[in-house]
Amino acid sequence: MSTTSKREKLLQGVNYAALLLAGLICLFPFFYVLSVSFTPAAEVVRRGVVLIPEQITLYAYNQVLQGYGLGNAYQVTLFRTLVGTGLNLVFTILMAYALSKKSLPGRAPLLMIVIFTMLFNGGLIPTYLLTRYLGLLDTVWALIVPGLISAFNLIIVKGFFEQLPQEIEESAKVDGAGDMRVLWRIVLPLSMPVIATIGLFYAVFHWNSYFDGIMYIRDQQLYPLQVVLRNILLNFQTQTADAVSDTTLPASFLSIQMAAVMLSTVPILLVYPFLQRHFAKGVLLGSVKG
Amino acid sequence: MRNLKKHRFMYMILLPGLLYFVVYKYVPMLGLIIAFKDYKLMLGFWDSPWAGWHNFTQFMQGVYFWDIMANTLLISLYKLLFGFTAPIVLALMLNEVRTEWFKRSVQTLTYLPHFVSWVIVYGLMVALLSPGDGLVNQLLQASGFQTIAFLTEPEWIRPLIVTSDVWKETGWGAILYLAALSGIDPSLYEAARIDGASKGRQIWHVTLPGIRNVMIILLILKLSNILDAGFDQIFMMANVFNLEKADIIDTWVYREGLERMNVSLATAVGIFKSVIAFVLVVGANKVAKRFDGQIW
Repeated sequence: MSTTSKREKLLQGVNYAALLLAGLICLFPFFYVLSVSFTPAAEVVRRGVVLIPEQITLYAYNQVLQGYGLGNAYQVTLFRTLVGTGLNLVFTILMAYALSKKSLPGRAPLLMIVIFTMLFNGGLIPTYLLTRYLGLLDTVWALIVPGLISAFNLIIVKGFFEQLPQEIEESAKVDGAGDMRVLWRIVLPLSMPVIATIGLFYAVFHWNSYFDGIMYIRDQQLYPLQVVLRNILLNFQTQTADAVSDTTLPASFLSIQMAAVMLSTVPILLVYPFLQRHFAKGVLLGSVKG
Repeated sequence: MRNLKKHRFMYMILLPGLLYFVVYKYVPMLGLIIAFKDYKLMLGFWDSPWAGWHNFTQFMQGVYFWDIMANTLLISLYKLLFGFTAPIVLALMLNEVRTEWFKRSVQTLTYLPHFVSWVIVYGLMVALLSPGDGLVNQLLQASGFQTIAFLTEPEWIRPLIVTSDVWKETGWGAILYLAALSGIDPSLYEAARIDGASKGRQIWHVTLPGIRNVMIILLILKLSNILDAGFDQIFMMANVFNLEKADIIDTWVYREGLERMNVSLATAVGIFKSVIAFVLVVGANKVAKRFDGQIW
């Protein structure tokens, strides 16, 4: 008995160590990028690999905010995230509420229409041609309209609405409240957990997506943050060689790139505590319905 | 008619969403007709001449066909192999941790990468792996080794795709397993211990059967997405230097359709992929139902 418990103690120790390592592996790249973005070029030349800079410079941040159009891109992304998420929520909640009413005639085929789109889709090219045909190219709406409702989120919200006790809604109606009032005053306040969850789903989607910006937007003034960041990063193939050797600048080109990465990551980190809590809940909510 | 009046409000609030699904999901499906035409932007949808199955045969006979199929399937299979097992292992490891704060901290750290975009992940890779001043290459150089152009070398792109995918999604993928694990009846472990089962046997006979359903469902989802090798990620990581080993169906469709404007050919390939995916997901679902309860 004592030998097994000794062995189990050892196994526990190995387990803790491995998990600690896994956590650090997830954290380290962010830490290193933060460090690079503040490290003066001269210190890199002097010390080689710098994990914690002795001196810090804000040169890279100044450069990236002024010379690379990041400020403008921030506005585009902020707009699509706020307005986009707002519209996502309105469209999703309204449709989900109607579909949650089991007595609604035609509910089953309507649900099929939604679910089928999760299994089969027209693909990239027809969707692009449609967006083009609708005249949305080179407008910020091309970043919002194509993803207006996620079928997955719709099903989650519908499932949540179905679990609410119907009696409350019915008694409110007996008291003379209209449908809109019931939805607004009774159903929505009870549904804040699920609304916060899918709101965050949508918001993170808007903040992180870059490919729609590449596909639908040609006008540089309308580039979202991730597209501008991508362009800055893809410069490495042509520019790094010069930037590394040019030690006269206060910070290397890599530092500028990493400052851009940090500026795009920080907003996510700020809302991360909320994200973590609600996302985990959302994933589990989704799985309940299978 | 009375029904319509009684449910008028519900139909009214349903309409905007329904309109979205019809316009943005079903109209593009009709657009698949393009695949059977020789679509010219100048002629438009109706006036472009019919092409029959030409676009499909052209694709399957193309020299690129086997290359992009192989890339897609290989990358997907590697991702399946590691991306499916890693979250299970992580969840099992976390499940053995009795110190709550430690468990929560590890979870917080391992979820984090899930929330950043592939562009940002690529930024992290540039910091660590770029040929001149990336951390790894600086260390290689300092130890007297040759530097490696990780981000442009074809031989490195697939390992990088799979590794970065596992890095980004493992912590997140463990959530569902942890939830399933917390639902296992503790008395089962108690009984196993009384019968003298070792830790390993407890995991095999109690823990794994407890998460079996979640494993099956996730495996099915991953299998039916086998032709989705990860567009956002690969479009970000692929470049002219490593494209031969990284070009998947989706990236090929993008270039063929929107850069070279071979709209019909690209759409045909898109359908080819959608149809296979559809068959896979429906079939996998049937298989799962049949095996439910019989795997262990």
